[in-house]
Amino acid sequence: MVNRFDESNFDAEVLQSDLPVFVDFYADWCGPCKMMSPVIDKLAEEYEGKIKVGKVNVDECGDLAQKYGIMSIPNMIFFKNGQPVDRVVGAIPKPAMKDKFEKNI
Amino acid sequence: MYDLIIIGAGPAGLSAAIYASRARLNAIVIEQNYVNGGQIIDTYEIDNYPGLPGLSGMDLAMKMAEHAEKLGVETVNGFVQSLDLTGPVKKVITDEATYEAKAVIIASGATHSKLGVEGENQYGGMGVSYCATCDGAFYRGKDVLVVGGGDVAVEDAIFLARGCNKVYVCHRRDELRAAKILQENLLSLPNVEMVWNSNLKSITGGMKVENATVVNKFDKSERTIPVSGVFIAVGITPRSEFARNHVAMDEKGYIIADKTGATNVPGVFAAGDVRTKQLRQVVTAVADGANAVTSAEKYLLTL
Repeated sequence: MVNRFDESNFDAEVLQSDLPVFVDFYADWCGPCKMMSPVIDKLAEEYEGKIKVGKVNVDECGDLAQKYGIMSIPNMIFFKNGQPVDRVVGAIPKPAMKDKFEKNI
Repeated sequence: MYDLIIIGAGPAGLSAAIYASRARLNAIVIEQNYVNGGQIIDTYEIDNYPGLPGLSGMDLAMKMAEHAEKLGVETVNGFVQSLDLTGPVKKVITDEATYEAKAVIIASGATHSKLGVEGENQYGGMGVSYCATCDGAFYRGKDVLVVGGGDVAVEDAIFLARGCNKVYVCHRRDELRAAKILQENLLSLPNVEMVWNSNLKSITGGMKVENATVVNKFDKSERTIPVSGVFIAVGITPRSEFARNHVAMDEKGYIIADKTGATNVPGVFAAGDVRTKQLRQVVTAVADGANAVTSAEKYLLTL
C-alpha cells in the first residue's frame, strides 16, 4: 500500500515509525515522477511489512519539501528512526530501486 | 517467438510499433520506464513537429503511446541487460525475462550527458539539475545558471526565465547552436544574461549550491556567479551499453546504421537517437522507426 503523507501526519507516520519509511517527494507535472510511480507501487507491495512506503506532493507540502531540501524531483528518501538515511534523486530503473530497498530494510 | 522485438518506446520505438502492427508483424515493445515516450516526456513544448504546434512533450508522448495501443501493440516493461544476436534467433535479455525474435530494432534512445565538473555529482538534487521542467518550480524568484547552447539548453533557459529572477546561460562558444527561433526568444528576455565563450569550472556551496564559477576560454579569467541552481544541458549520451560488443558502434556509443537502419548484424536495426545520424529530433526518430520496420520486413522475407 502506498500512503499519502502531508504536514499533518508526517511526524506520526514517518518520523515516529517503527519500520523504515520510504518517502517519494513528487509533483503531478513531473514526467520522471510519473515514470517512477508504478515502480514504487510495485515495491510497496513487495516490501509490505518491511518498509512503509508513501508519497508527499511537493505542491501541497511546500514546508516539508523545503525542510528536506527538495530541489529536484522525483526525490525519494529513506527514513530510519526519524532521520533521512538514504536518498535517490531522479528516475532510476526498477532493479536499481529494488537494490536500494534491500539495503534499507 | 516473435517476428520482431522493438527495444524502447520513445518516438522511434512507438513509430516502429505502429508500422509493425500495420504490417501484421508479431511484434513486442520492451520499455524500461513505466511511461512510454522517452526523452520528450521532460520537454516542456515540442514546437517543431509538423501539425501539432505547441504541444507538450508529455502530451505528444501520450498521443503516440495511445496510437500504438489502439493498434494492439504488445508492450512489456523490462530493463534490457544483454543481447544474444549470434544466431538466426535473436535474444533480448531483460531483468525479468528473455525474449526471442527473428529480428530486432534497437530504439533505446539517449539520456542527458554529465559535464564532469567539480561539484556536479556532489550537488545532484541539491541545486544541480538536468530537467528544467521538473525542477524549475523550486527556483522561483531565484538566480540560476544554464550550461549549454543547443535546443534543450535554450528551451530550458526560456522556461526558467518565466519564474526565476535571473537566468545566466553559459556557453563555450560565442554563438548558440539552437534553432534560430529559440535564440530570438531567449535573447529578447530581459532577465537572461549570456555568458559567452566560457566553460563551467566548478559548482560550490554549503549544503546546497551557492556559486558557479566559469572560466573565459580566451583570457582564462574566472567569474564566480552566485546562483541557487545549475541546469546542465550539454547534449546526450546514447543508451547503448547493453548492446556493446554485439553491434558496431562509433566512439561515442552510437550504433552504426545505414540509411535503411541496418546495423552490421543481419536482422538487427537501429532507429532514433541511439543510431548514428545528423539530426536527433522527434521528427527524424519517427521516420527512423518506420524505415527500420520496412527493412525488418524485407529481412524477414529472406528467412
